[in-house]
Parts: sequence; C-alpha cells; structure tokens
Amino acid sequence: MRYLVSVIDDTPDSGTPDEMTPIGDFNAGLQGGGHWVFAGGLGAPSTATVVDGRGAEALFTDGPFAETKEWLSGFWVIEAPDLDVALKLAAAGSKACHRRVEVRPFR
Amino acid sequence: MSPADVGAAITRAHHEEWARVVATLTRHFGDLDVAEEAAAEAFATAVERWPADGVPANPGGWLTTTARRKALDRIRRENKRADKQKQAQMMYGDDPRDSLGAVDDERLRLIFTCCHPALAAEARVALTLRMVGGLTVPEIARAFLMQEAALAQRITRAKAKIKAARIPYRVPSADDLPGRVSGVLYVLYLVFNEGYLASGPGTDPVRHDLTAEAIRLARLLRALMPADGEVAGLLALMLLIEARRTARVSATGELVTLDEQDRGAWDAALIAEGHRLVRERLATGQPPGRYQILAAINAVHTSARDVRDTDWSQVVALYDQLCRLEPSPIVALNRAVAIGELDGPDVALRIVDRLQDELAGYHAYFVARADILRRLGRSEESRAAYDRAIALAGNSAETAYLTRRRDQLG
Repeated sequence: MRYLVSVIDDTPDSGTPDEMTPIGDFNAGLQGGGHWVFAGGLGAPSTATVVDGRGAEALFTDGPFAETKEWLSGFWVIEAPDLDVALKLAAAGSKACHRRVEVRPFR
Repeated sequence: MSPADVGAAITRAHHEEWARVVATLTRHFGDLDVAEEAAAEAFATAVERWPADGVPANPGGWLTTTARRKALDRIRRENKRADKQKQAQMMYGDDPRDSLGAVDDERLRLIFTCCHPALAAEARVALTLRMVGGLTVPEIARAFLMQEAALAQRITRAKAKIKAARIPYRVPSADDLPGRVSGVLYVLYLVFNEGYLASGPGTDPVRHDLTAEAIRLARLLRALMPADGEVAGLLALMLLIEARRTARVSATGELVTLDEQDRGAWDAALIAEGHRLVRERLATGQPPGRYQILAAINAVHTSARDVRDTDWSQVVALYDQLCRLEPSPIVALNRAVAIGELDGPDVALRIVDRLQDELAGYHAYFVARADILRRLGRSEESRAAYDRAIALAGNSAETAYLTRRRDQLG
C-alpha cells in the first residue's frame, strides 16, 4: 500500500543544507527498510504556475491555485503494509524535516 | 419457554455476543460494513425464529453461523466475492506473533480499530458504540443529541477511512499498547461522562443508558486485558461513581453534591467491587496511572460513612500524585477543593485565584470559586461566581442546584 506524506510548511526557504542532513538520514532509513518509493522538495508557491488546458487554448496563470498561509513544500511516497506503519514513518519524517506532515493513502 | 424468557435471552445474547459476532465476521470478511450488516441481520433472524424454534443451546455460535451465511449471501448477491476475499487477505494478513496470548480476542482487535488515533474522537465514540456496543444508529444519535443522518454519516465516513487508509485490524504491538489502550479508555470515559453529566437542557440529568454501556464495555475490556492497571482503574472509577448515581439527583431533579448525599442510598455492591479493584491495583505495587489515582480518590470518598469521616489528607495526597503525573489546571482545581476541606477556604481561594486565566471558560471553576467564597462569607463575589457557573453549566440538575445555592446567599 502506498501513502503520500506531504510536508506542511509556512517558511519560503525550506530545505537548507542544515535541514537536509537529518532528512537524508531519514531517506536512507526508508530505503533500507524497503519503504522508499519517491520523494522530492518543491520550490516556493510563488514559483508555481496554474495551467488550464480545458479550453481550446491553454491558459497560464502565475502563482499557486490557492493563496494559503501553509502549503506543500515537499513529499514522500512511501510503501507501508498499513496505516500504523505509515504513521510511524511519517512521525519520524516529521521529526527529520521539522515540519508537520499529512499522510494520505493512494487509491 | 415463555415469550418474555425468549425476549430476555435475545437481549442477553445481544449484550454478550454482538461484539464477538461483528469481530469474527470482520476478521473473516475483512470488511466492517459487511460484518455490521450481517450481525444486525442475524439478530433480526433470531428475533423471528427463536420464539418458534426455541433458544439454541449455543446462542453465540448460532448467531455467528447465521451472520456468516448472511454475509456470504450478500457478497454473492453483490457478486463481489472475489474482491472481498482478496481484500480480506490484503487487509488483515495478521502475523500470529502480533497476538498477546491471553488478550488475543477478536473483540480486542475490533476495539482497537474503532478507537484508532487516526479517527476523530467523535467518530471513535460513535463507531465503538455501534460496532462493539451494538447500539443502533438511532440510539447513538439520541444519546448525543444528533440527527440520525449526521451520525450515520459520521460512522460511514469512519469506516470508509479505515478501509481506504488501511487502518489495521490488529492488537497493537507491546511498544504501542499503553498509548493505544489509553486511547480506548478515553473513548469509554467520554461515553461515561456524557451519561454522568448529560449536557443539553432537554435531556435527563443522568443518562443511565450511557453510563451502563460504558461500564459494560469497560468490563469487557477488563476481561480481555486483566493485567492492565489503567483498564482496572477506569472500571473501578466508573463503578464508584455509578454507585452514587441515585443519590446524586434529588426527587425534584436537582443535583445533590457529595457532602449532602444520602450515603445509605449508595449501591453497596458496586462500591465493594470498585474497592476490590482499587485494592488489587495497590497490591501490585506498580505506579498507578491517572484512572487508578482517580479511582483511589473515589474509593476514599466512598469509604466514609459520613462526609465528616472523609480522609481529606489522603484525598489531597492522591491529587498531589495526580498533579505530578498530569499537571493540568483542572486537576489543580480539584486539588484546591480538597485542600479547602483540609486547610480551609482561604488557602483554597489563593490556589483557585491563580487558575483563573486558564479556566475562565470552565463551569466547574466557577462552581468551586462560588462555594469557597460562600464559605468565606463573601456573598457578593460568590453570587457573581454562581452567575457565571450557571451560565456555563450544561446539565439541568446542576443548573437547578447552583440556582438554589445562589438564591440562598444572604
């Protein structure tokens, strides 16, 4: 079963080299334990572009789709047999990146 | 067997077997929905058949077999059998090493799943009362003054999350067990408290159905986890409070406080059982948790034949212990009240004053404050505190009591 672990953030310059050390350790643990699928850090919301391709011509709009006080600054996709395991890993991930995280199952 | 006897047998079977039938079917089919519906159908079939066929020798076995047949019928009907069984293997591929010997009971898995910390507290309460307690949706909705549709939705959503997020059907590992047990106890205590101090102006001040259900579930948990100190503590606490239930509300529907209760009206059997549990925990010599300490405090109160015989120094010592374990303003308030009995209202007032900021929205704070000020003869300030307490209190019997007390001020 796969879960998306999203990092909830409110500071625009996350993922400093100092912050990356414990995150790297956590990632290594995920890989060693067979839980690693994919992970990544995202640029600030101000770097986002909203694209609407539903019409005849695609529309591009600068900025995130919703202005919020908190946003997604990174994520892990993990493999876990059930939610208890996923929550444990997410708690360790939250500690490693020093941010709150949200856990959601893939369908 | 008379129709009344058959009715009693069905009620007893419902109390004793519902959770086991749901738990066994959940294990077998890997689906709470299928289990719940099939269990309900099996009991409906019993209501139809037992009066004519007689009560089976093994009602639990009969109900489980019937429910299993109903579930298979439904799955065949829906033609989803392969799906469901695949899901069952996927979801509940439980390692037998996870089990904890004596506590390995299907019902325990069900309880831990319904009380999973990833579910909202209200959802845990509703789901536990439905799946473990066997209360119907209308019964639970009535208990919590909710619309049936909203409550049904809450349960449906919780079950959907269990399935989609794959909340496991498992007794937690030994490492996680204490935290998870306290999550279950929290749910049972919420149910009990809603019964004990029913909120809502239109309800009975004490909802015996809810206190009784909470006690029944606590007894079940105690039978499943006999070595757990906090489980014993919560059961003892509930028993010692329940023992005073009839003395706690007057004939006119007014709250009767502990010091004014007719102690002869207390339920001696429940008190004896509660005291036995408290003594059993003391004998283990293990450090008590919050429920064990609260139970011990209630044991002190229920040991006194007259309020004047209350061992207040013991009560204060227990609150000191609780404060160290759980330094919360509410515990500090209760401790202050006990200190007021031991050292006088002026000492208590000094402590209570310091709690004002943290407890400004809590009715019991103003109840305690009003009573202390009354004893100090500071009527005007006491009246203001009673006014505040009345405005914040949700329980009809308590409001009646506070109003009378306020109006008696000179």
